[in-house]
Amino acid sequence: MSGKKFISGDEAFAQGVRLAKAQVISAYPITPQTIVVERLSEMVEEGELDSKFLHVESEHSALMAAMGAAATGARTFTATSSQGLLYMAECLTYVAGGRFPIVMMNANRATALPWSIYGDHRDSLSLLDHGWIQIYTENAQESLDMAIQAYAIAEQEEIRLPVMVNLDGFVLTHTYEAVDIPTQEQADAFLKPRETWDKLDFDKPVSMAYTVGPDLNEEYNLLHHKALLNVAKHIENIDVSFEKIFGRKYGGLINGYRTEDADLILITLGSISGLVRDVVDELREEGVKAGMIRIRFMRPFPAEELIRETAHASAVGVLEKDISFGFEGTVYSNVNSALSKSAHKISTYDFIGGIGGKNISKEDVRSCFAAMQKKESEEVRFIGLEVEDDI
Amino acid sequence: MSRLTKEITWYGRGGQGAFTASRILGAAAMLAGYQSLAFPSFGPERRGAPIRAFTKISDKSITDRSIPKKSDHILVLDDSLYDPALADGLKEGGSIFVNTAKEVPKPDGVMVITGDISRLAEEILGRPIVNIGIIGLLLGELPEIGIQNIFVSIREYMPSKTVDKNIRLLETILSQKK
Repeated sequence: MSGKKFISGDEAFAQGVRLAKAQVISAYPITPQTIVVERLSEMVEEGELDSKFLHVESEHSALMAAMGAAATGARTFTATSSQGLLYMAECLTYVAGGRFPIVMMNANRATALPWSIYGDHRDSLSLLDHGWIQIYTENAQESLDMAIQAYAIAEQEEIRLPVMVNLDGFVLTHTYEAVDIPTQEQADAFLKPRETWDKLDFDKPVSMAYTVGPDLNEEYNLLHHKALLNVAKHIENIDVSFEKIFGRKYGGLINGYRTEDADLILITLGSISGLVRDVVDELREEGVKAGMIRIRFMRPFPAEELIRETAHASAVGVLEKDISFGFEGTVYSNVNSALSKSAHKISTYDFIGGIGGKNISKEDVRSCFAAMQKKESEEVRFIGLEVEDDI
Repeated sequence: MSRLTKEITWYGRGGQGAFTASRILGAAAMLAGYQSLAFPSFGPERRGAPIRAFTKISDKSITDRSIPKKSDHILVLDDSLYDPALADGLKEGGSIFVNTAKEVPKPDGVMVITGDISRLAEEILGRPIVNIGIIGLLLGELPEIGIQNIFVSIREYMPSKTVDKNIRLLETILSQKK
């Protein structure tokens, strides 16, 4: 399958994993992730993809099976969502600390309770500290492309870390749109088969997944931290070579829009970004110097990039589908920490919206810019509420 | 390619293929050179339960991925789901298409087009599955998409055993409209 097709985000991601020739796939189904592994199991069944497909009994096992396979030098894939991701949490640190370059798709979905299958970013953002690279995509095309790029990033010798690619549940995973599916020749030219010295090999044995005492444990954590920071160094080269072959590019850790002279900037993640760009265009027509930034990578966090991109801003808002109960949105905490190093003082705002699949309307986005423009109070606010916040 | 922005809402019951039809229309719009999105009313699925699906078509990139508040066209696959109040969800000048053998009450000032697609589907498909057939009613209001693009997308995205019969159903409906 190649050429322009009308497919969903889940299906697009499955195509990306096929093109990347993942050799071992282990997964446990959970809405709204299910279709990505269904499609991959069909491809394996029909011989389109030469891969070992493991049906496992839980998400915990899914990631551990992928880790075992990765330890043999295989390219591996798994996918999950919400409670499934949380059930995997213990294994996330094993995979990251053991430097296994697994790629996982996460279909962003609300966390229980209240029980909900609809989308928000609380599942993945709550696991930012587990040592994975975290990417957030905006549409089905970027999802397919990042499935392929993710392996190039994960397996880079100076990185060797797992990558979690996040797609907004339903809004991306279940929405059908035109996607250009590359040829296998293009994918092969971009991504070579995985080669590593760091594997179970009788001829060249190495120690893997070992214990480290207090003498050097912190040093291992430092190495892990530096490896994650190395993504910033490599992402541009990876993207440039991707563009040469596929004709599409995504830039680096962030994606700025009309930020060059922007006074008010709204920062977002994922599929809502297009709507925010539309509002920026409307506000520009009205004479407001608005801009937006889409954060593509939450880890490594694009601190320097954000400082550079907000050089002319008097106010920066974060519109996020997340709340760290008892404090503020996690994206905001990260952005605010980065901008505190900025040479000039910037007012910062935190807008919580889209929780549990709540729609974010154009009017909601405009209200974020309006709050910044009117220099309203900087306390955390929930937008688009059905009831008045008078508690 | 002419300028075009259309939001279409499909009403059906689980198992009647409303979402499939929303995708066939979206894929045909892509083939006609437009941008398009198709998605179901997200959530748990159950046969027989009322569901909605949506197709958005535009000559510009579609950035609003949310459920349209107002649609240009509403298609009703099952007349037990028809209610004149559906017109509240229409944009100015919008229209409703209903699969029914009955006379249905029509809201003031709104074009309601009906057709007994179920009967034709029984004859041609051997089952009262009208999701593709009802596109035949819509195309009069959406000539930009082109019937050939609908046929290509049926061939590409529908199970092979239903392709020829659905194309015949559509051709029959289009010939009867003339």
